[in-house]
Amino acid sequence: MAVVTNVMKPGRRIWRTLEPFLYLSPTIALLLILMVVPVGMVIQYSFLDNVIMNEFPKFVGLENYFTVIRDPIFQIAVKNTIYFTTGSVIAHLILGLSFAILLNSQLLGRYTRSIFRLIYILPWIFTVAIIAILWRMILDPVGVLNYWLIKLGFIESGVEWLASPKTALITVTVINIWAGYPFYMMSLLAGIQGISKDLYEAATVDGASWRQSFFNITLPQLKPIIISMSVLDIIWTSQQFAMVWMTTGGGPITSTQMIGIYTYQQAFGRYEFSLASTSAVLLLIFSVILSTIYGRIQSRQD
Amino acid sequence: MHNRGTGILKSRQIVIMALIATATMVFGYSAPARAASTVTISFSQWWEPELPAGALRSIIDTFEKQNSGIKVKLVSGPYSATKAQTIAGAATGTMSDVVGLDGAWVSDLAKQGALGSLDTALTRVKFPMSQLAGKIKVGTTTYMIPVVNYIYPLFTNDDLLKKAGVSSAPKTRTEFAAAAKAVSGLGGNVSGWVIPLSQTNPNGIQNDIMSLVWASGGSMLKSGKPNLTGNAEVKSVLTFVKGMWDAGSITPGAFTLAEPDKVTEFTNGRAGMMIDSLSHITQIKTATPNLNFSIHALPKADAYSGKGGIPYASWGIGVSKASKYPVQSAKLLAYLMSTPVNTKLADLGNAFPGNTKSVPTWVSKDPMFKTAFTIYQSGYPANEFTGLPKAEDLMLQFDIPFQKYLSGKLTIDAMLAEAQTAWLKNFKK
Repeated sequence: MAVVTNVMKPGRRIWRTLEPFLYLSPTIALLLILMVVPVGMVIQYSFLDNVIMNEFPKFVGLENYFTVIRDPIFQIAVKNTIYFTTGSVIAHLILGLSFAILLNSQLLGRYTRSIFRLIYILPWIFTVAIIAILWRMILDPVGVLNYWLIKLGFIESGVEWLASPKTALITVTVINIWAGYPFYMMSLLAGIQGISKDLYEAATVDGASWRQSFFNITLPQLKPIIISMSVLDIIWTSQQFAMVWMTTGGGPITSTQMIGIYTYQQAFGRYEFSLASTSAVLLLIFSVILSTIYGRIQSRQD
Repeated sequence: MHNRGTGILKSRQIVIMALIATATMVFGYSAPARAASTVTISFSQWWEPELPAGALRSIIDTFEKQNSGIKVKLVSGPYSATKAQTIAGAATGTMSDVVGLDGAWVSDLAKQGALGSLDTALTRVKFPMSQLAGKIKVGTTTYMIPVVNYIYPLFTNDDLLKKAGVSSAPKTRTEFAAAAKAVSGLGGNVSGWVIPLSQTNPNGIQNDIMSLVWASGGSMLKSGKPNLTGNAEVKSVLTFVKGMWDAGSITPGAFTLAEPDKVTEFTNGRAGMMIDSLSHITQIKTATPNLNFSIHALPKADAYSGKGGIPYASWGIGVSKASKYPVQSAKLLAYLMSTPVNTKLADLGNAFPGNTKSVPTWVSKDPMFKTAFTIYQSGYPANEFTGLPKAEDLMLQFDIPFQKYLSGKLTIDAMLAEAQTAWLKNFKK
């Protein structure tokens, strides 16, 4: 019996190989133009003595990296960013989980839960500019927060929440916590609603308390979501610029200096675009490491 | 055998369409067709939002009628956004043909090679250079011309001063400190003096602090280089401000207060005095018509009796070196600097014209404006930051140690030494 084999012509074989990539070409083009090329240019800039202000930049190797890492202002920015990010992520998790559990409560009716869901999600809907303006007004030395604290006898005179080096960093952290917890809340709420009720019923039958159910059923079931959210939140929060810039500008003194603000000031204040690129690349390296960890966690879960 | 010919053909067509779509997306931008004789130039500035609605556009419309074949696209935004946009535009070669400039940006933009020579531009259109009240040069080339100048006099809330028992506006620093203390003593969220020391836009160092040095004939420079350490005039002003800070005479929250916040505090009757731009007079009167305020010369050092420098900020103008339409850009420049148009711009913003032949009519409209003109004539325009390298960074590098000094973290000498060291770095490059 003759065996008929489907022998492809070489041209058709090349075409078949290229076909999937050609379908992907619009996305690839966008990724190249909007991500790969700009990131590549910034990385390149970080190895030159100065770009844009200098018509003929020279290659300087890692000199910019040493300059940035040794800069006391950058060191302060790193320290503040770690404080800001750690505080924000932990508080986002605690608040998000608490509100998610509350919103999942069967003690409230459906409509009541919907209303509260809308209220709790509001901070996430506001843009950064609105959040900054709102909180600057609330926290003004003659603002509504100080008014009530004085009226209730907690303080004697207005506190400069955003203008005092002692309180500015924790204040912007609180603002960031307020602005970011809804993202955790909605993700964890979806996760909680996906946990099988059989597990809780079985636990109740076995005599488990609410606390035991929470630590032995709820948290383990939510672990993948919590880890994913935390990694993403660390990446986003460490890159925070707009909210801090619009509330304190990195001040007072250097108490709210962040890596994002340091990068901006290098570029648009000092016209040191190479040093700004270097700072941005350092943050990129950190984000890539975290993204790699995130990717590994995701593939393990799959 | 399954005939896949049709399927492959259809698949190939889809792929070709995807390729065409990608190519169109990447390369397919097409500029709108225009008549060969019409040219559109862009003019970026922060003036339009600060002038009465439609005023700048109307001036530009007249230019377009007088110059058929030239259209002007106004690119307007807030001051800080215009600065960032200008720097970014200069870097990417997309800067507007004509750019509104602040004196603090000129040195760095010129070094970047972003600005064209205005000597060349205005000579090209035969503009009489003798009519220019000022030119900002880097080296021997003019890169910016002040279109209009805003002086920064002292604003006083006369009702608050009267309530505090201050019968007249302070003329000396001692009187100023006493007036501020008296107003702060009124309580109820009222402070004597409001200053903006925010780092987002640290021009408070220029307009509110160094202005007091210039008002008494002092200088922060020596032969064009930083001269902060051991500078008696600068030290005197900073010590004076510290005294007022410690006495509680300055509005709380100054470290993160920006210039718009300063104006808001004054407009809302929570500050007795502020040093601010004449351009805000209309804004204050519109927002709070019942606010009883007046303007005065800046307080001088007690022992100083000479002519005082008056801080000013310019709405300056320049041209892009990379502009495809240098002649048309130069025509717009010449138009804005021409006597009638320059007078109109000065009148719209209550500013002083950049053309020596222009006589603003607003000076006789309102007694307050007459006072402003008298103040202007009695002193000399002073702004040492204009033309300095990385001028806004110099203000920031002064602001940070100054905040430390006010907080008690540094002595005055250590503060000046820290600022001097930071400033010298900018001058070395």
